[in-house]
Amino acid sequence: MAYVAVKGGEQAILNTHKLISETRRGNPDLAELSLAQISEQFGLAVDRVMTEGSVYDRELAALALKQAQGDAIEAIFLLRAYRTTLPRVAVSEPIDTSKMAIRRRISATFKDIPGGQVLGPTYDYTHRLLDFALAAEGLERPQAELAAEPLDETVPRVIDLLNSEGLIEEEIDENDGEVFDLTREPTTFPARRDQRLQNLARGDEGFVLGLAYSTTRGYGGAHPFVGELRLGEVAVEIVPEELGFPITIADVTVTECQMINQFRGSADKPPQFTRGYGLTFGHNERKAMAMSLVDRAMRARELGEDVRYPAQDAEFVLSHTDNVEGNGFVTHFKLPHYVDFQAELQLVRQLRAEHEERRRKATGSEQAKEAAE
Amino acid sequence: MSPTAALVHKDDGYNFAYLDEQTKRMIRRSLLKALSIPGYQVPFGGREMPLAYGWGTGGIQVTASVIGPDDVLKVIDQGADDTTNAVSIRRFFQTVCDVAVTESTAEATVVQTRHRVPETPLKEGQVLVYQVPQPEPLKKIEPRETETRKMHAYAEYGAMQVTLYEDVAHFGRIAKTYDYPAVINGRHLMSPSPIPKFDNPKMEMNPAIQLFGAGREKRIYAVPPYTSVRSLDFDDHPFEVQTWKGSCALCGSTTSYLDEVITDDRGSRMFVCSDTDFCNTRQAEAAAAKAAVDKVSGEEA
Amino acid sequence: MTLQSPTPMSSDGAALKPGFADPVFDAQAVFRAALVAIAYPGRAIPLDRTFAAPRPLSSATAALCLTLMDFETPAWLDRQTASGEASAWLRFHCGLPLIDDTSTARFAVGTDALNLPHLLEFHPGEIEYPDRSTTLVIQVKSFTDGPVTTWTGPGIKGSATIAIDGLPFWFWSDWDLNSELYPRGVDVIFTCGNALMGLPRTIKVEA
Repeated sequence: MAYVAVKGGEQAILNTHKLISETRRGNPDLAELSLAQISEQFGLAVDRVMTEGSVYDRELAALALKQAQGDAIEAIFLLRAYRTTLPRVAVSEPIDTSKMAIRRRISATFKDIPGGQVLGPTYDYTHRLLDFALAAEGLERPQAELAAEPLDETVPRVIDLLNSEGLIEEEIDENDGEVFDLTREPTTFPARRDQRLQNLARGDEGFVLGLAYSTTRGYGGAHPFVGELRLGEVAVEIVPEELGFPITIADVTVTECQMINQFRGSADKPPQFTRGYGLTFGHNERKAMAMSLVDRAMRARELGEDVRYPAQDAEFVLSHTDNVEGNGFVTHFKLPHYVDFQAELQLVRQLRAEHEERRRKATGSEQAKEAAE
Repeated sequence: MSPTAALVHKDDGYNFAYLDEQTKRMIRRSLLKALSIPGYQVPFGGREMPLAYGWGTGGIQVTASVIGPDDVLKVIDQGADDTTNAVSIRRFFQTVCDVAVTESTAEATVVQTRHRVPETPLKEGQVLVYQVPQPEPLKKIEPRETETRKMHAYAEYGAMQVTLYEDVAHFGRIAKTYDYPAVINGRHLMSPSPIPKFDNPKMEMNPAIQLFGAGREKRIYAVPPYTSVRSLDFDDHPFEVQTWKGSCALCGSTTSYLDEVITDDRGSRMFVCSDTDFCNTRQAEAAAAKAAVDKVSGEEA
Repeated sequence: MTLQSPTPMSSDGAALKPGFADPVFDAQAVFRAALVAIAYPGRAIPLDRTFAAPRPLSSATAALCLTLMDFETPAWLDRQTASGEASAWLRFHCGLPLIDDTSTARFAVGTDALNLPHLLEFHPGEIEYPDRSTTLVIQVKSFTDGPVTTWTGPGIKGSATIAIDGLPFWFWSDWDLNSELYPRGVDVIFTCGNALMGLPRTIKVEA
């Protein structure tokens, strides 16, 4: 029997690169997508890729989506890998969302709020009917009407309005200003809130959504109210050492959710509302809300609540949110494992032989016994 | 230094070996601490790499932090240089380092491996980098890092012994065939990565530097040269490695780890070395020896 | 954006010596030597290139600092090192946070080894994180002319005979105490001229 070990892996791999490039392009008779088209017309996909990819750059995110044929997780992976090569130039000051240039802002807790409810761009009140008119290109769009008065420059956060009565817990900086950096340091347990929030912000939208959902279905004691959800542009500032004062380097779009949750109180604390927090790049209310629910669930231990459900278990949650990690590991099982499989094969054969031997001996001695009788 | 290596790191926008210098420094510090505490898993700020987690990102980051322009790199997966992922990783380093590559274990200065220790004995100064999917040997017993960290801190490894003993009670033997846990330098329990237990004895007192990278789990650990590596066992069930009845169908080796190859759909199979360089070298040597004999006998005739 | 002043000066106004000529390849070469030094303790590992070092650092000490230290590694310098041009040089080229507290230092650099603080004053790491201990870089006069010691442990085949010159009299009894902390404990890289020698915490030394 002539056996020749298969060679040519390298050539085969090069061919897969060409094939995927062909597949990505699809029918060459159709116009190719431009990054600007993706960025403008698949804006929410770009927002998700920027958020979980941890890079605020619409063009790069659009490129990642184009390269990944629209597969969000693959695009996030591309952006993260690129991120690895970027030097850290500076650390920004915390963004101030009360100074946000608001495009949308709603609260479920009060009918009217200072600054007003601003509905903005949302699918919330649309009917999810496939719009066949969109299938035809060059559709004329209706223009939204401008409000009579512009919004205030500073719009107070709803949740802060509860502060004055002491109805809601105060936000405490537990780290003396030292902020953990998940992109530079490995996760450590128990994880502080900065670490947990960074993890959730980068976490897979679907996974975080599922966990958030579970907290509202008995697997966690969430009784949430959307204190406020806001979307808009905020300034990013840094303080260069040679200047000593902050300068604005960019405006970024963010979605912020402040979730209000009940708290029964404890021996030392009166009943009051507690917070859950969510923040994403771009426009992503689903992710921001889900994040704020899971954030609150993971605070169970520090608030003296029982930790009984998956979403409250910080080590479980934080270890499994990242889709770049999860995707890599789950799919790595398609890599060759034949050395280990050979080892297992040998063992199972051996165990089966031993099992057979024992069975043969047992029946043999039984037959002998019967014969003797 | 090869002149092209210098060009690579200046011209294509990516740093030499992909990682930026700050990341390399962080990993290098972790590597030195890992060698100082053999078998202990050092947490490190693992970065996303352009290859997927679970596909060797830990090994790649370790190699990227160690490798220089004068190195000669060998990459194997399942013992073979030609498996898809080995090819992919080797190409990555050729692209980002323009480093010389080889299939020869003896010629390599850095060997990155998945699931095997080469059959050819390693030498002093060689660096063997293992890709590790799950660095925590206690994970299947205790999934919580907060707990396993304490177990390592106080060398409380009884639970592992109990698990192995349950095998003995159930199967009459320790039913662990790969990723077989070992105690390093008499202190830390360590996962040798999913190498077959056949390879565990090669780690013991090895003259080379053995480094382990787990990218997704963000851990680095090491076995220094000339260090004791004791695979767990019991007095009445001593550690033993896999053996085969036959020999390699290609090179005739009776000492190497063999892979089973199914040759038709009627159950025919054969066994060949998993280490392709070892097997090819032996075949070439045998062919050369035979040619020499033929030549001599030809001359005599 | 410039985060550092464009013309590096030491405190006395003199221009600072340069760092690595090639930050990528110099650091890689020096790290490889350090890796080999820690992997094979007790061997003098020469660097394959020399560096212009600020007083009182030797070429090897300076190269090792540039290779391993940065803004993430608070470092302690002994008085002699801190008073020389080395201090400003390290701050500039490594962005190194210099601290007075030995017990939290990730690195410690000693060029005046005879006046080194006792080893137990440095960070021994934590029982759950023994990797967080201080790494000491100690510049010595010689690897061969001092009192003879015998080293055994991981990385040494059998035993090694080393004769480091310029260590305080208590050093090796302190080292025994350090060994008792295992897996906690400090690690040492000795430098001499343009060579390194590793002494990780696993090594037992008979003085």
